[in-house]
Amino acid sequence: MYQYDTYDKTLVDQRARQYRDQAERRVEGDLTEDEFRPLRLMNGLYQELHSYMMRINIPYGTLSSAQLRKLAHVARTYDRGYGHFTTRQNIQFNWVTLEQSPDILAELAGVEMHAIQSSGNCIRNVTADAFAGAAADEIEDSRIWAEIIRQWSTLHPEFAFLPRKFKIAVTGSPNDRAAIRVHDIGVALHLNAEGETGFEVVVGGGQGRTPMIAKTIREFLPARHLLSYLEAILRVYNQFGRRDNKYKARIKILVHEIGAQPFAEAVEKEWEQIKDSALLLPEDEVARITSFFAPPQLEKLGPTAPAFDAKRLTDRAFAAWAKANVVAHKAPGYGIVTISLKAPERAPGDATHTQMDAIADLADHFSQGEIRVTHEQNLVLPHVKLTHLFGLWQALAHHELATANAGLATDIVSCPGLDFCSLASARSIPVAQRIGRQLSDIERLHDIGELRIKISGCVNACGHHHVGHIGILGVEKKGEEFYQITLGGDPGTDAAIGNIIGPAFAGDRVAGAVENLIDTYLAQRSTNAERFIDTYRRIGAQPFKENLYATA
Amino acid sequence: MPLLRNGHIALDQWVAVGDDEALPEDAPIIVSLARWRAERGSLVDEYRQIGIRLKGGDNAEEIANDLPYFDLVAIEFASIADGRGYSTARLLRDRYGYSGELRAVGHIIRDIFPFLHRCGFDAVEARNDRDAKAWRESVGAINVAYQPATDNRLPTTVLRHLPLAAAAE
Ligand code: SF4
Repeated sequence: MYQYDTYDKTLVDQRARQYRDQAERRVEGDLTEDEFRPLRLMNGLYQELHSYMMRINIPYGTLSSAQLRKLAHVARTYDRGYGHFTTRQNIQFNWVTLEQSPDILAELAGVEMHAIQSSGNCIRNVTADAFAGAAADEIEDSRIWAEIIRQWSTLHPEFAFLPRKFKIAVTGSPNDRAAIRVHDIGVALHLNAEGETGFEVVVGGGQGRTPMIAKTIREFLPARHLLSYLEAILRVYNQFGRRDNKYKARIKILVHEIGAQPFAEAVEKEWEQIKDSALLLPEDEVARITSFFAPPQLEKLGPTAPAFDAKRLTDRAFAAWAKANVVAHKAPGYGIVTISLKAPERAPGDATHTQMDAIADLADHFSQGEIRVTHEQNLVLPHVKLTHLFGLWQALAHHELATANAGLATDIVSCPGLDFCSLASARSIPVAQRIGRQLSDIERLHDIGELRIKISGCVNACGHHHVGHIGILGVEKKGEEFYQITLGGDPGTDAAIGNIIGPAFAGDRVAGAVENLIDTYLAQRSTNAERFIDTYRRIGAQPFKENLYATA
Repeated sequence: MPLLRNGHIALDQWVAVGDDEALPEDAPIIVSLARWRAERGSLVDEYRQIGIRLKGGDNAEEIANDLPYFDLVAIEFASIADGRGYSTARLLRDRYGYSGELRAVGHIIRDIFPFLHRCGFDAVEARNDRDAKAWRESVGAINVAYQPATDNRLPTTVLRHLPLAAAAE
């Protein structure tokens, strides 16, 4: 993975010092809260219901074991012993004080981490495929380009005060695991006929109260022009994006209002002027960054692992876990392991400091010291030998980390909701827990197969409910919590926004409603291999709707 | 409000004239884009030094052809959150070759000095005299530039690959 050189180190150290000075001026009353707010937000510090929350960047979801141990240390020392992994591959600590926030940033700088631009109306932490560098289906490691974007966007002086926050995602695989079409900018790596690397660029996707799927504004952009093209998009947006209404300020509204084609023309016109400027990526710099993402030194193994197969035959629980939580690696004899942070009764995405330490140790033993964070709020060990899986599974089980549900109905994505978030309309974690309880039968869970349930506590959609196969949105009606259900959303290559199925449900009826939708699916699916989303696409909403509201 | 030029308190000889105000005699004046458009002929005849004041929504392109008439361009920041002026400044400098004074006015706090500086501003209407020191300290507080901008810093993409001899110069 990427390692800081003296420039990177200098920048985060200087930034940590600068922030300490700003925080001290705030504590001493030299800065008003109005003046301090944008500064603390640019360093990831939010004021929440009960305390400050600090969001720390995990660039493109890649962590070293040393970094994860540091996060465990922060959880133990500055928080209440746990952290929350987010849908943007970051981590949040919910119980931070203003006074200690500079210490946290100083500690993080020591392991090449920071919170710069993890909030505020600026370019946020860039996200990428959590399986990058390991996935069997990838064209090229997307993290090379994500790192290049990370550096360019960090403290970019022109784009520190955009109309609204700005999110960029990169995929290096035709199977989009980075949800690029629901980002402000999505970048999809392609090779052209000559075998050169380039990108399809999509713009104007997003969730929130006006969900939209991004439009392609360029089919193929040669890789060396990546930064000038991004700069052109950002410059057009910075000048012309709406600033009169915060709900209409995202780039998706600009693209929608002026049209994707005219928007693309404006970008191309700007880009023509700067494409051969100092933004042109120097080959030696691309080579330098690429070298950090060289494939790990893995053993040459055969594609089969008899010991692994034998264990699967004799241990059903292990077999179930391996089926759901392990996917093919590009190196034969290896697998990519998802560590579910969705154990029953736990808040989705939460990990305790002991769990983080344990995972860091397991990464050192089994996975080249590397960990990933997924936008489904799970962790990943990207390079595990198949013959090590059984031992790994046992060790994970010891820490309540072996839940066999990756991609299944209880692998629920949920934002913090009303339990923590000051913007929330309703709770979301308890709803996730109730659905988890309802679907606790592991055989049935596996029979249902892939099903993405996503829950947001308000229209801001941090829980990505718009792109859940089943999406659940908390709303407040006359002081009571209700939940609106959408069907058919998809964050991936066939990106789609879910459709509202009908009237909302009270909190205690949501799990039953989900159960009802699943029953309809099981009755209607053409084969056991047809996923929930495929059945929905084939038969439409009507059969689901009829059953769901039949008794109402 | 003290004026800072390159981080030093400077005498401000310019007179900012409202759209309905009478023009002073024989002083360098700063007028709005609207007034410039309306009275351009007489302004050019009567004043040796003219400055223009742009609002956040006024784009660089709108004055690109008139730049030879101006010795000062003031860009207004209505609030700290309005970042349009950064793009305007960079375009004036990088694309249209403007080399006169580029002044940030409006809601300016010292914490945005580094951004202003990197986007080509050389003057600000500051809040108090202490801001002069703050400017000098803060523009160098982070001296690594990950990206090219409108100052003379080499971005890391270039700096990292300079031959050692050249880097030492
Ligand atoms: S979706 Fe709403 S409730 Fe949930 S984290 Fe975002 S703002 Fe808070």
